[in-house]
Amino acid sequence: MDKLKIGTCWLDGCSGCHMSLLDIDEGIVAVLEKADIVFGPLVDAQEWPEDVDVAVIEGAVSSEDDLKLAQTARARSKVVVALGDCAVTGNVPSMRNGIPVRKLLERVYVEGATERPGSERQGVPTDGVPALLKQAEPLHSAIKVDVHVPGCPPKPGAILYVLGELLEGREPDLGSKLRFG
Amino acid sequence: MTEKVKIRIDGEVIAATAGQTILEVARANSKYIPALCYMEGLSAVGACRLCMVEVSGVARLLPACTTPVQEGLAVNTSSPQLESYRKIALELLFAERNHVCAVCVASGHCELQTLAQDHGVTYVRYPYNYPRLTVDTTHPRFVLDHNRCVLCSRCVRTCAEIEGAHVWDMAGRGIQTRLVSELKRPWGEATTCTSCGKCVQACPTGAMTEKGWGVEEMTKQRTVVSRLTSMREGQ
Repeated sequence: MDKLKIGTCWLDGCSGCHMSLLDIDEGIVAVLEKADIVFGPLVDAQEWPEDVDVAVIEGAVSSEDDLKLAQTARARSKVVVALGDCAVTGNVPSMRNGIPVRKLLERVYVEGATERPGSERQGVPTDGVPALLKQAEPLHSAIKVDVHVPGCPPKPGAILYVLGELLEGREPDLGSKLRFG
Repeated sequence: MTEKVKIRIDGEVIAATAGQTILEVARANSKYIPALCYMEGLSAVGACRLCMVEVSGVARLLPACTTPVQEGLAVNTSSPQLESYRKIALELLFAERNHVCAVCVASGHCELQTLAQDHGVTYVRYPYNYPRLTVDTTHPRFVLDHNRCVLCSRCVRTCAEIEGAHVWDMAGRGIQTRLVSELKRPWGEATTCTSCGKCVQACPTGAMTEKGWGVEEMTKQRTVVSRLTSMREGQ
C-alpha cells in the first residue's frame, strides 16, 4: 500500500504547535511508518502537493498569503485539521481585531519605530510582505475544517492521538484531551 | 415549613424539601447539571441558561437554578437536545467577548473554559464579535477585565448579598451590557468598595483577578461565599 501524505503549514501563529508536533518524540516513527510529511516548515517542498491526505494547519488566517495557502491546502487535501488555539479560535493574533489595520501598522512601524541616526524613516513596509486582512480569523471562517484540536499549544499526546486516528481512517474524539489555552 | 416532597431526577426517586430548587436538590444528590451564573450561597438569577432541564408535562425547558421542586416533579438533566443547547450557550459566550485563554491569568482555573472542555466544545460555530473592551486597573489590588466577563452577575450578588456594599451593577442593555462599579466610577475610586476581594473569588472567569499573577496563576477560592452563608445561617 502506498504511504499516506501529511502536509503541515504555519499561518499567523508562533510555531509553538509545530514544536508540540515535534514533541511527540518517538511517536513520529509510528506516524512515518504510515505517512510521509510532504509539505511544511519541516520539509523542503515549495508548493502544496496534490492529493494530500491530512492537512495540519497552525495559526490564524491573518494575511492574503495565509488565506491563499489555506485555500490551496483545502483544495488539495482530504482532511483538514485546525491545530492549536490560533487556528481554532483566532487566539492572540485576533487581539488586533478591534483596531483598524492602518492604525495598527502605523502604531507599530511609525509611532513605535526607533530612529537610527543616519537611516531614513522606513514607514509601513509594503514590499515583499503580504497585505494584512481586516481581521485575523479562525481557520474555519476561511475554509472548511474537519477536525479542531485546540490548545496553546495542543499537548503532544493530543496531536499524536489525532494523527493516529486520522491515519487509520477514524474520526478522532478528543474527549478528555480537549483543552483550550 | 420543612414539607418533604419526592421528585425524580433522571428516573431516580429523590427526597427533597419544598422550597429547594431543582439545581440544589440535584447537587445535593451528586447529579450533574452544568451552571455558570449559579453560586451556592447567593440568590439565583437564571442568567446563563446552562442549567436548563426538561420537566415532564412542561413543553418548554426550565432553568434548574430558579425552578422550585414540587411533589411528583420528574426532571431530565441530559438529552441530545439539552446537550446541543448547552453547547450553543457556551459558544455564544465565547463569541461575545475576547476570551483568549492562552494569555489569561485564570486559564486552567476558569469555569467557562472547563465547561467548554467538559461539553466537547472544540470550536465556536458563530462569528466572533471582537469588541474593543477596557481593562480597569485602577484598584490597588484587583483588576477588572471586561474582555473575559460573561455577565453572570456573581460579583454583583456577592457584593450586595454577602458583603453588603453593593459596589457592582449592570449598566446598558443586550450586547452593550457592562459591569460597572458605583455608577461607572473606576473601581479604584469606588468609595463603597471595602477591598474584601470576595467578588474576585466568586468570578468564574478571568474577568476579576488579583494583581501580580501571570498566565494560569490565578486560582480562586470558590467556596468563600458558600462557607460564609452557611456560617451565618448557623448562627
